[in-house]
Amino acid sequence: MAEIRAGHPAVGMQYEDLRHQSDTALVGMWLFLATEILFFGALLFAYMVYRLWYPAGFVAAVRHANVLIGTINTAILLTSSFTLTAGLLLARVGDMRRLVWACLATMALGLAFIGLKAVEYVEDFHEHLVPGAGFALAETPGAQIFYLFYYSATGIHLVHLAIGIGLVAYIVRRTRRGDFSARYHTPAEVVGLYWSFVDIVWLFLYPLIYLVGRGG
Amino acid sequence: MSAERLVAEPVNYLTDGWTIRSWLLTHDHKRIGLLYLASITGFFFLGGAAAALIRFNLLTPEGALVSAETYNRLFTMHGIIMVWFFLVPAVPVTLGNFIVPLMIGARDLAFPRLNLFSWYLFMIGGLVALYALFFGGVDTGWTLYTPLSTSYAKGHVVAAVVGIFISGFSSIATGLNFMITIHRLRAPGMTWFRMPLFLWSLYATSVIMVLATPVLAMTLILLSLERLFGIGIFDPALGGDPLLFQHLFWFYSHPAVYIMILPGMGVVSEIVTTFARKKVFGYKFIAWASIAIAVIGFFVWGHHMFVAGQSLYASLVFSILSYLVAVPSAIKVFNWLGTLHKGTIRFDAPMLYALGFIGLFTIGGLTGLFLASLVVDVHVTQTYFIVAHFHYIMVGGMVSAFFGGLHYWWPKITGRIYPEMWGRVAAILIFFGFNLTFFPQFILGYLGMPRRYHSYAPEFQILNILSTAGSTILAAAYLLPLGYLTWSLVWGERAPANPWRATGLEWRTPSPPPTENFAEIPTVTEEAYNYPPPEVAQQHG
Amino acid sequence: MSGWFVPAASSSGIEVDHLFWALLAISTAVMALVFGLMALYVVRYRAGSPIDRGSLAEKSWVFEIAWTSATLLVFLGLFVWGADLYVRLYQPPGGALKLNVVGKQWMWKIEHPAGQREINALHIPVDTPIELIMTSEDVIHDFAIPAFRVKHDVLPGRYETLWFQATRTGDFHLFCTQFCGTDHAAMIGEVDVMTQPDYQHWLDAEAPAETLAAAGAELFRRYGCSGCHEGGSTAKAPVLDGLYGSPVPLEDGRMVTADDRYLRDAIIQPDGERVAGFAPLMPSYAGQIGEEDLFELIAYLKSRAPAKEQP
Repeated sequence: MAEIRAGHPAVGMQYEDLRHQSDTALVGMWLFLATEILFFGALLFAYMVYRLWYPAGFVAAVRHANVLIGTINTAILLTSSFTLTAGLLLARVGDMRRLVWACLATMALGLAFIGLKAVEYVEDFHEHLVPGAGFALAETPGAQIFYLFYYSATGIHLVHLAIGIGLVAYIVRRTRRGDFSARYHTPAEVVGLYWSFVDIVWLFLYPLIYLVGRGG
Repeated sequence: MSAERLVAEPVNYLTDGWTIRSWLLTHDHKRIGLLYLASITGFFFLGGAAAALIRFNLLTPEGALVSAETYNRLFTMHGIIMVWFFLVPAVPVTLGNFIVPLMIGARDLAFPRLNLFSWYLFMIGGLVALYALFFGGVDTGWTLYTPLSTSYAKGHVVAAVVGIFISGFSSIATGLNFMITIHRLRAPGMTWFRMPLFLWSLYATSVIMVLATPVLAMTLILLSLERLFGIGIFDPALGGDPLLFQHLFWFYSHPAVYIMILPGMGVVSEIVTTFARKKVFGYKFIAWASIAIAVIGFFVWGHHMFVAGQSLYASLVFSILSYLVAVPSAIKVFNWLGTLHKGTIRFDAPMLYALGFIGLFTIGGLTGLFLASLVVDVHVTQTYFIVAHFHYIMVGGMVSAFFGGLHYWWPKITGRIYPEMWGRVAAILIFFGFNLTFFPQFILGYLGMPRRYHSYAPEFQILNILSTAGSTILAAAYLLPLGYLTWSLVWGERAPANPWRATGLEWRTPSPPPTENFAEIPTVTEEAYNYPPPEVAQQHG
Repeated sequence: MSGWFVPAASSSGIEVDHLFWALLAISTAVMALVFGLMALYVVRYRAGSPIDRGSLAEKSWVFEIAWTSATLLVFLGLFVWGADLYVRLYQPPGGALKLNVVGKQWMWKIEHPAGQREINALHIPVDTPIELIMTSEDVIHDFAIPAFRVKHDVLPGRYETLWFQATRTGDFHLFCTQFCGTDHAAMIGEVDVMTQPDYQHWLDAEAPAETLAAAGAELFRRYGCSGCHEGGSTAKAPVLDGLYGSPVPLEDGRMVTADDRYLRDAIIQPDGERVAGFAPLMPSYAGQIGEEDLFELIAYLKSRAPAKEQP
């Protein structure tokens, strides 16, 4: 088997070389993100259906969302994509020490996002914006459905973000262990792709939850 | 390495490690295929046992065996297990897992760890679903229609849904792995149009798995939220729309029908060419038909809703698209017949299963035309006609293809030859048992007997008795392979590398293959199924 | 219920059966072709048969195009046939006898305009178009009469309609065909198709104390509708005299016809399709008025419309 596993120790026996393996891993992540689009797509589709059905309720509900926290979180998430991408650029020229720093910054930003989101949830809870008995906007049909989407969409996004933070931590560990080099740091590239996607999902959620209808 | 092999039997994937750990943590697609084979066999017999109880209950009009409540749980159990834990995964995760890398000349799938992970997801999802179905039970039918499932049904609906949700990700992982593997790991010279047709059909299947399953996942999340927290999404009493659930559900579940049948079509293409010893007729048409089915299959979901209250225009569009999606299937059947023409046909067990598939699939497909036709659908939908129709496609078609493929590749997988006579007996019994079980149900449906009825009007009894009689034959016939295939593992004759004298890279490596599949990666220089012309074959044969 | 096979007993059912038998004929022909060719080839070309296998067809695309276009043509023909029937049979004719159907776990409740009520039974006159206005109190049911070749889902929260015209007298099965819970199989009944005189006898024998409209008039006061919609207070709320069947201009500029569906939605979701020129003052009655009461209220509103000729 030794002759089969020739080349870099990370190359699986089904691959010709490192390049072949790295590219395949990236294509794999792209395809996974395609499935994620369909996953969130189903939720957004249901959101659209009910938005058309209950326009007034949705607009009333949007006005109760905390646009300040939403906007700060958008900025935080965009910055985190920047730090991670910068780290990947540095990794490509072999600066593994700075890749670790960039990853740590990314994780910190991700945690800040989660922290602010938690503050927002607590606030919503105090304002009785939780669907069910005692819901503040119970008089407005559709507002409850909006909040259901609010919690499921942001909740599922948060789970994705938490997984992302875990993956970045894994990259930090492997980089520190000396597994990566300018030539081989495919897992970091794959995680970077995933992180950017989680970021993009938020860019769709942000206007749908905080903005559309607020002006009118 | 070579010196060793001269003295001892060469190490193959089965003898490469004997510990339980070497199986449960294996990255070898062949071992994972076997793990899956064991799992889905278990699920198949559980689902089958539920079906047997259903059929026995229907021996008498008032319900011979169980209460209405138990009956409803039984058919829900049968549906959920068979759809999500047998039919959807069956061919891809077992035969596909095993054969795809061998067929394209690769040493493994692109992501072996993901492959193992998918098996664990499948098992966790399966166990959660089994817990829900056996302890507490679910009585919604596998379609989980709202608001019955969210506001009215008793039992563990959410647990069952969680099980399906988890196993859905296993499906996504498998589809993703196949698509990337077929794109990236083909052996030198294996161009797209030199690929065996099994790969085309699995590729089309994977596209559906990857794109449709996430929609189901989200739908199930919404369903669980409504059930757990009582917030209206699908229940009109709470301000939701029950038809939205049906649209989302069938957006997955109709393409899922093609997840079930496309791999079967791929298996049949392989078997028919091998046992007709002839190049497949209309290779490109069969290949593109698979893709066409996958694509059009995404746009026909509304034909499940002709009587559900969707708009007239939606029904018209879904009707014509449903006719269109039947065209590529017809193309496949005609091309298989074209392949038989002037072949040199042998009747080994896999071929009997494949011929059975063509016959039963044709009947299933033709009755599909009745259902695509709006007004006739209105009469026969939600009756036993529907039950018979989709069992012809899924059991008559898909399960026959699965057994055919299992026999066809059994020597490759296990290194043993199965007892041929028993194989033929089982194939023939399955064909007749199946027809006796399900053909009477077409008539029952036309006469108006609704599906999912625990008791029924007395005039339907004779046909129900016929159907139950058929199901006992079918049950016995399905148990036969379990017996003789297991027997062959120990006492079967050792298989050569290519027992069927077939083309295809999987036959160019020993049976069972070594862990790395090929000592040297083969180079492909010709099209698939390049059998010698018949005249020449005759002189040799 | 006699016999095993019930020929179509409705005007549309006869046409549906024609298409069914045509489909069956085509299917049998195709099956005979596929099974016949399969049998012929496997026997003729079995291994060991000395038959000449030379000169294989080279131009496979000729065959491909031939059978693809043949299939496509047949399918298109079948689609047109089925679609034509569906479109024609979809619209109920004017002047149909309208009955209300409420499904609930696990029974069918049927209301006749004159106030007769029955459970799990439907008495109708022969050769008369019948239109059912159906809704459910809980889950989705399906109202199916196999002998008439009709069925339609009965959904909670909205009205679905189904119409047919029986062509023969007799008793026929009525089934719920959408799985609706434990006693789904017991949600069945009988459709009794009677001659016109028999039907009249039945109506008279079953004549109730009050008609649906009269019951609705009582409810109209009990639910407090009359407080705003009656007499001098019409500035706050639209007048309901002559409303049924007439066009209504909506706040958002659309025009709708005040049919059963509209009236139901206007009671349950008053803000959904608000009449132009009125403020959103009316509270929602969602969850407060049962489906049978709603039917009675609508019957009452209907009675306040001038009797006009249905087109």
